[in-house]
Amino acid sequence: MTDSIAATEVTLRYFAWLRERAGVSEERLALPSGVQTVGDLLRWQAGRGHPFDQAFAMPEAIRVALDHAHAKASAPIGAAREIAFFPPVTGG
Amino acid sequence: MAVRVSAEDFDASAEMEKLCAGDTRIGGIAMFVGKVRGDVQGEALTSMTLEHYPGMTEAELARIEAEARERFRLSGSLIVHRVGELTPGDNIVLVAACAPHRQDAFRGAEFLMDYLKTRAPFWKKETLANGTSRWVDARESDEAAASAWQERST
Repeated sequence: MTDSIAATEVTLRYFAWLRERAGVSEERLALPSGVQTVGDLLRWQAGRGHPFDQAFAMPEAIRVALDHAHAKASAPIGAAREIAFFPPVTGG
Repeated sequence: MAVRVSAEDFDASAEMEKLCAGDTRIGGIAMFVGKVRGDVQGEALTSMTLEHYPGMTEAELARIEAEARERFRLSGSLIVHRVGELTPGDNIVLVAACAPHRQDAFRGAEFLMDYLKTRAPFWKKETLANGTSRWVDARESDEAAASAWQERST
């Protein structure tokens, strides 16, 4: 009966060129119920319209972290409260 | 065992002295210090700005350090990474590993760097002398170096 539960808000964070292209570093919102996995979330972002359509035009170039841990496209979002989007890392 | 993220510079000699001080089980310390290069494929670099993901950075570095400690039986280790605007010649990163024997110390330090470069959430933006700025692209060779550890037993 998960459909009847009000969607909880999550924090979305953006870094590096993704932050610049999305024009936002952080936002809070409730994800649509159809967004179950990291891959679903990337597709949903690309469909949000300007400027997210451009920021997320190449989902294969974007990495995602769920609650501070790297997550693959197939990973379920589950109860994650903070979801981050960023390019492949370039530290060191 | 420690990880530190800071805008401040570090003193590699002082860190080396403190690390594993008084621990007579160790036979050696391997340390690597990464610095800002003054050119990018022949173009002069003015500055490099390092962005990171506060919270995840510390968590990821701690996971990397714990994995290195387990895998190479390290007696101690240290990761220090700078953020903010840096200029050519500045220190960026320091990793160090202490172990009873040199092979574990060398490999431990190399593992720390290889994993840091592909997993820790840092991003470099270069500003060139001609005034343009650009985000540094991830290198496939770094990913290959990190992946290679998964196929080795030590």
